[in-house]
Amino acid sequence: MTSSPITGTRDAAARTAVEVRMEGLSRRYGPVVALDRLDLTVQPGELVALLGPSGCGKTTTLRLLAGLEDADDGRVVVGGRDITHLPASRRDMGMVFQAYSLFPHMTVRQNVAFGLRVRRVGAARRDERALEMLDLVGLSAQADRYPHQLSGGQQQRVALARALAIEPQVLLLDEPLSALDAKVRAQLRDQIRRIQLEVGITTLFVTHDQEEALAIADRVGVMRDGRIEQLASPTEVYSRPASSFVAEFVGLSNRLAGEVRAGQVVVRGVALPLVDSGTPEGQAVALVRPEAVTLASPSSPEPGPLVGTVIAITFLGATSRVTVDLGDVTVLAQLQTAEAAALPTGSRVALSIRPDPVLVAARSKPAPVPGDET
Amino acid sequence: MAAVTSAGETPPGATAARRAGMQARRRRRLNAFRYAVFAVFGAFFLLPLLAMARFSLEGARLGTWSVKAWRDIASYQGTGIPPLLSAIEITLELAVITCAVMLVLLVPTMIWVRLRVRWLARTIEFLCLLPLTIPAIVLVVGLGPIYNKIQHISLSALMLFWVYVILALPYAYRALAAGLGAIDVTTLSEAARSLGASWFTVVVRVIVPNMRQAILNAVLLTWALVLGEFTIAFLLLYTNLQVELFSISRNTPNAGVLFSTSFAALAFAFALLAILSFAGRRGGRRSRYRP
Repeated sequence: MTSSPITGTRDAAARTAVEVRMEGLSRRYGPVVALDRLDLTVQPGELVALLGPSGCGKTTTLRLLAGLEDADDGRVVVGGRDITHLPASRRDMGMVFQAYSLFPHMTVRQNVAFGLRVRRVGAARRDERALEMLDLVGLSAQADRYPHQLSGGQQQRVALARALAIEPQVLLLDEPLSALDAKVRAQLRDQIRRIQLEVGITTLFVTHDQEEALAIADRVGVMRDGRIEQLASPTEVYSRPASSFVAEFVGLSNRLAGEVRAGQVVVRGVALPLVDSGTPEGQAVALVRPEAVTLASPSSPEPGPLVGTVIAITFLGATSRVTVDLGDVTVLAQLQTAEAAALPTGSRVALSIRPDPVLVAARSKPAPVPGDET
Repeated sequence: MAAVTSAGETPPGATAARRAGMQARRRRRLNAFRYAVFAVFGAFFLLPLLAMARFSLEGARLGTWSVKAWRDIASYQGTGIPPLLSAIEITLELAVITCAVMLVLLVPTMIWVRLRVRWLARTIEFLCLLPLTIPAIVLVVGLGPIYNKIQHISLSALMLFWVYVILALPYAYRALAAGLGAIDVTTLSEAARSLGASWFTVVVRVIVPNMRQAILNAVLLTWALVLGEFTIAFLLLYTNLQVELFSISRNTPNAGVLFSTSFAALAFAFALLAILSFAGRRGGRRSRYRP
């Protein structure tokens, strides 16, 4: 439980979370369109992750929302109030940056209390609030240390405490985990989610790491060329991607030639349901997830459309990724490591494809490179 | 069982020991060379200073000691020139004013350029470094008409601060630029802004404290420049400490006061250097920045 230095309310979670609305936001840098009439609504208390490749406009979106940059067009409405032309210092938003942004000359406690000091909160209340926030992120023991005495993960936790200390309307997280090692990253990711739920604050999280986005968000917005390609729950984004870009950006996909007919796509003799029932009939490329592919020893050594040779196995821990050469195309399959161990490199295997709904891309796409992460 | 080594073969342990011994000898030779160089250069700088100090303490008779020359600093008045003490006061005031104006002018400008108008950075750098390339005599010729006008308003030698600020720009700019380059000004200022800080708060409470060492360096260089400046003050007919010392040596050859004052000025500059560098080290240790 946290309390408000401004209102004196003991329970911050009880504070009304606000809706964030971005309407037709545009931003250009010379000839480059960073944001192209972007519309996005974040529900009160919701955590939306913006996911996309470098240069897709996700950080620009966050910076426009924070007021660190001006939009060329469109407006930003937070809690029903138009804040498009409000300076960053008056937007009441907490932000955690990708780079370590703690003030090096201040202790951890002073860093967390900085926003309150700027708001002229009394010293005693400031100190109390700073310690509450440090307690929330589990760093109260480090209150009197300087930033250079902390690890990267600890610094980002302090930055989170500092952002939350001012009890902002909206929390903005700009790739806060990207500079951390994998283990700390996973821990801090879970901690951020726990705290966000505990505080109940509307949050926008920017990342280029799909796993991070899918793990933490209520909804994921996949961005491309300054626009949101799909905004949906993580499950939907993964299992029912709105476009081939989303399908290929979120997770790995095998690109297999097939034919759409009668509301299905037939891939190497296997009929698979379509995500989009309105897909026009004809030649197409089906995007099949590696986990929808299973492998077994073939009942007959004869070659067939779904019989191939294992050419590589990538160990990923609990699972392994097996690359199978079907002659005219290679296919990725994600299996439990124990199952993959039974299929050594060079062995003949028979593929089967689980009939999950698949998305199809136009046939005119470039030559398929299975498993390529875009 | 002891290891068997064939004739002519060196055991690995012996090779390592020999290598370590060679490294130790090389280290000792290098250290001896360092101390020798340090001693030679130390003597080169210190001996004249010690001679100056000794001379300033020379009594009325050769070989005797006296602090009279040091006592005279406060009351010395040469023929046709202002009192020595007033020249010292003027110079110190000039140093303080020049440092203050330089900081007020340069620090916010450089931060602003770094944050908002980066495309101006090269132009600002060029303008700030320009005085380095202009000889003092050319500056005086250029500034002559301006100082003619200034002298209509005030005859005080404190008016020299205008030209001293210009002279200090290259040194102060370099020191401050190094300090700014060592911190992520953009991220720090954006973090502070997002926490509700005004631009003034960002500069005063966030960026300047992290430039403390750079600011101290800029102050030190400016201070040293003002304390040692002679040409421009002399040519523009102002009397600062250096001009006063020159006048004493030319008109009233009281060598004792001349040397005691010069030595005091140098000692003061060294003490300031030591204080600033000590203060900078302490601050630097506390706020070591790791981007």
